[in-house]
Amino acid sequence: MKITEITTLLGGHIVCGKARAYISVQYGFAADLLSDILTLETEGILVITGLCTLQTIRTAEMAEIDCVVIARGKKVSPAMKDLADRTGVILIEADCSVFKASGILYASGLQPIY
Amino acid sequence: MKFEFDIVDGDFAKAGTASSQVKHLLKQLNVDTKIIKKTTVAIYEAEVNVVAHAIGGGKLLADINLERIVVEVVDEGPGIEDIARAMEVGFSTASPQVISMGFGAGMGLPNMRKNSDELEVISDVSGGTRVVITNYLVA
Ligand SMILES: Nc1ncnc2c1ncn2[C@@H]1O[C@H](COP(=O)(O)OP(=O)(O)OP(=O)(O)O)[C@@H](O)[C@H]1O
Ligand SMILES: [Mg+2]
Repeated sequence: MKITEITTLLGGHIVCGKARAYISVQYGFAADLLSDILTLETEGILVITGLCTLQTIRTAEMAEIDCVVIARGKKVSPAMKDLADRTGVILIEADCSVFKASGILYASGLQPIY
Repeated sequence: MKFEFDIVDGDFAKAGTASSQVKHLLKQLNVDTKIIKKTTVAIYEAEVNVVAHAIGGGKLLADINLERIVVEVVDEGPGIEDIARAMEVGFSTASPQVISMGFGAGMGLPNMRKNSDELEVISDVSGGTRVVITNYLVA
């Protein structure tokens, strides 16, 4: 599923990595625990989280997560933006809950990892 | 090639900078992407543990040749009381501050084991902790 399409479905907006938003991801994963994200071995993952910290971005970099959706209307900090820009992580802000974002994307065909 | 990076305790804004630099080094060496990922994840968990659990910070020492990378992550305490227990999924003594940063699930050490070819954890409560991760670079 294309990042642009995902952004529209969530009524969110891309705060970092707009130029790469044409790429597609195959899998979705929701987590508020960073070690959970670090256990993933698949490629082409989008993570939905309510954890809006610099470490969320750092973890995405390490785990090679293509795109992170920050749910629950939380606002990305300038430091997070800067790190996402430097590491190529696409960042989306969305007002809905993690549950709703997951439901919408699952129903639209984004696959679970397990 | 040998590299040394400082790890500052309690500074979650900087946690991961050493691992990130090692990742870049491995990319420059054209190491297989799967091996880069597992190595980065293992050393990042070790680096975060120093930030989260150690007092006084520590160091990350990387030694890379064509065949393998050896990363030593060392700190000066307080050490791990029961290493076998710490290696279990779910065991954590993380503070509320660490938990608020998204860590403290007790998954770091098991995750390090999964992502390293060889893992050594040496620790005692009078000294500090030394984690040695060895990964082979040829797929
Ligand atoms: N460098 C260290 N110094 C002191 N104690 C440590 C160190 N590394 C790990 N520990 C101890 O081992 C426990 C388990 O570590 P582990 O990395 O598996 O989980 P965690 O750090 O608590 O949570 P997570 O890694 O899932 O965020 C820690 O909670 C801590 O008690
Ligand atoms: Mg840990």
